[in-house]
Amino acid sequence: MHIARNWRVKHQRYSLTGEICHHCGAKVFPPRDVCPECTQPAYEPVRLSGLGEVYSFTTVYEAPTGFEAQAPYHLALIKLVEGPMLTAQLTDVDPNEVRIGMPVEMVTRKLSQEGDEGLIQYGYKFRPRIQAKAA
Amino acid sequence: MRNVAIVGIGQTPVGELWEKSIRHLGHDAVVAAMHDAGIETADALYVGNMLSGELAGQEHLATLIADFVGLRGIEAAKVEAACASGAAALRVGVMAVASGQADVVIVAGVEKMTDTPIDETTAGLALAADQEYEVAEGATFVALNAMLMQRYMHEYGVSHRDFAPFPINAHANARNNPFAMFRSPITLDKYEKATVIAPPINILDSSPVCDGAAAVVLVPLERAREFGRHKRIVRVAASVTATDTIAIHDRRDPLFLEAAYLSSQRAYAQAGLGPEDIDLFELHDAFSIMSVLSLEACGFAPRGRGIELGQSGAITLGGKIPITTMGGLKARGHPVGATGIYQVVEAVQQLRGEAGANQLPHAHVAMTQNIGGSGATIITHILVGEE
Ligand SMILES: [Zn+2]
Repeated sequence: MHIARNWRVKHQRYSLTGEICHHCGAKVFPPRDVCPECTQPAYEPVRLSGLGEVYSFTTVYEAPTGFEAQAPYHLALIKLVEGPMLTAQLTDVDPNEVRIGMPVEMVTRKLSQEGDEGLIQYGYKFRPRIQAKAA
Repeated sequence: MRNVAIVGIGQTPVGELWEKSIRHLGHDAVVAAMHDAGIETADALYVGNMLSGELAGQEHLATLIADFVGLRGIEAAKVEAACASGAAALRVGVMAVASGQADVVIVAGVEKMTDTPIDETTAGLALAADQEYEVAEGATFVALNAMLMQRYMHEYGVSHRDFAPFPINAHANARNNPFAMFRSPITLDKYEKATVIAPPINILDSSPVCDGAAAVVLVPLERAREFGRHKRIVRVAASVTATDTIAIHDRRDPLFLEAAYLSSQRAYAQAGLGPEDIDLFELHDAFSIMSVLSLEACGFAPRGRGIELGQSGAITLGGKIPITTMGGLKARGHPVGATGIYQVVEAVQQLRGEAGANQLPHAHVAMTQNIGGSGATIITHILVGEE
């Protein structure tokens, strides 16, 4: 359930929309309306590029409820090119290929499912960056 | 403000205590602490607990326990700060006595984690993380710590094996603690072959899911001699809480526990002491990596070199900075909301000279540190034993 809880974050989940601080220029994700760099108000939405690199990673073998179908999966901290870091799953990746510093790009995928009849959540995951597209 | 003393301690064994409900665990620890302090009543009871609503279906916990120990009528309230709930409750108790609002305060930490299936307990623990931006992406508590450990190994060029001295030390110390969950020693070989849960973290890097309760009795220092029959009085020389972002990804430098740095620096200032004065450190070894990051942030080692305190033996009972002297979270066990009080109970045992086979010869100043989430709430206490 929790429909409203997920609906509220749709711009963040589907289009990686953060905020820009006009005082110091910092890009902010997740949006928090206050710039974490200079503590000034930061309200203006900005869509982030979805490009970044792996800061760290692990593999989740014992998945929480709703994520069982995908286990095992790679979870990573992604450092975005605009500066902010976020937590996301890696997808479409060869397990032997995952390393710290690996360039990645955002894609939209199914995140979790509440049982057979429950809500399906979609959102961002990251895959190895496809060079041709980036160029 | 008045100085505060700890004049009573009590604890239950830690483990899978199926025959005890959460109220009975709380009861046993509180009664033991009251007996140790020689008191029949108190002005207030503060209970540190994280998951009673989620896992036991019971909130309003402090009032329930107050009634069950025969203290109906007194002030009671539960305090929650994830895995730091125990120390957060202690801090409330210290403020109540220091301010003069109360004279005799009981602080308990209670947690019941083994009644529920493991996936429910795991989901409960994940409540300490950011629901919208960590948990919604599939993060578990162990996975978040695993990413810190992975990055540490990458940044400082250390191997997983280099962390082994931390759980080995914890298990060695738990051997002589009758309240500990795991009293059998482990070897390097066993550590290296342990089942991996979220690489690089394996089962022996992680503290166990378990039940337990512990309690202390606080009074104004000037009245401490009226309570208990103990040769040494334990003074609370510092009590400090500091915070950081809940989500690891929101931190400028995920490998630096800023809240541990802030709370320990403020605690050193309050006590008029420094890291070189600390005789033992009951730190929050929920995962091996947390021990290392905590030692670095609290000034016991430079960045990237906390791991060497394990290799050199400095963290053992005979070393320069003994940690987890009664088994720590790893081997005594980590009943989350109770842990902060267990740490203090064990520190008091050391300062009183009641630590049995694990007694340190020169235990005058002890530091305890309880961590909520993956470094978001960090509470540091410094305790001093006085003749
Ligand atoms: Zn700014």
